[in-house]
Amino acid sequence: MITKLNVTSVMVLDQEKALDFYVNKLGLEKAQDIHQGLFRWLTVRVPGNPGIEIFLQEPGPPVQDEATAAQLRELIAKGAMGGLVFQTDDARGLYETLKARGVTDFTQEPVTHAYGTDMGIRDPFGNAIRILQPAKVVQELQ
Amino acid sequence: MSREVEDLNRRLLRARDAMDRAYAEPLDVRAVAAVAYVSEAHFIRSFRAVFGETPHRYLQRRRVERSMFLLRETDRSVTDICLDVGFNSLGTFSRTFRQIVGETPSDYRAGHEPMLAPNCYQMAATRPSEAATRPLVAEAAMATHPSSFGEATAGAAP
Repeated sequence: MITKLNVTSVMVLDQEKALDFYVNKLGLEKAQDIHQGLFRWLTVRVPGNPGIEIFLQEPGPPVQDEATAAQLRELIAKGAMGGLVFQTDDARGLYETLKARGVTDFTQEPVTHAYGTDMGIRDPFGNAIRILQPAKVVQELQ
Repeated sequence: MSREVEDLNRRLLRARDAMDRAYAEPLDVRAVAAVAYVSEAHFIRSFRAVFGETPHRYLQRRRVERSMFLLRETDRSVTDICLDVGFNSLGTFSRTFRQIVGETPSDYRAGHEPMLAPNCYQMAATRPSEAATRPLVAEAAMATHPSSFGEATAGAAP
């Protein structure tokens, strides 16, 4: 049986800009960065949470041909390529931190529900990011 | 060419996000088009090409989805909910709701209980779409005010 998720990926329009956003704005850390010709294996991870990495994948050769990459890029930019869900221990504090770091693309400011406090942002390219601070009772169940 | 499309798509997405965030406020196409830095006519045309429905229709169905949420989750009156989600006329709200959902707000409330799912899930999963409901209407309603969202006026939302 499968025992663990190791790597997931998010499609980005520019790996350098993605690294800046996911590390310097969102607060993740760079994990692997391996160049192989046109290909760049660039991953980030939640600090203190090794073993689960996010591949910041830029469409294009050698993986995709130019025409396919162009289609993917248009889909990324209209928010049609999925996204990521993170957990935090302080959603409202993080919201203030993100604003102070210059993040403006909030799809939802922090709102408290029965299950916790959540908020939504978009990365610079259009990918949806949700961040949840689970309610205490939910945390105890986990 | 592709970079221009990407840039326009990203701006249209930002405008769509603005509707998802500010559906309760008075919104008109001109204001939302400004978020995307395009003219009103270009906005309507390109939004439809990119997202498959006009901005008016997108916002109308977001408002109806949020009203369905409030009917399920709260005991607020239908009139209050109508105002909560950005409509300023109970008649328009009731007619639009019935056209899109297929029953009255009160009947919908009677037949539905709170959904145990995160809010973002509900917003993504339950906004009425053409595929999910029979297209009873909306085209006719849209034709009467194709360039304005219409429902809300300043001060209507709480």
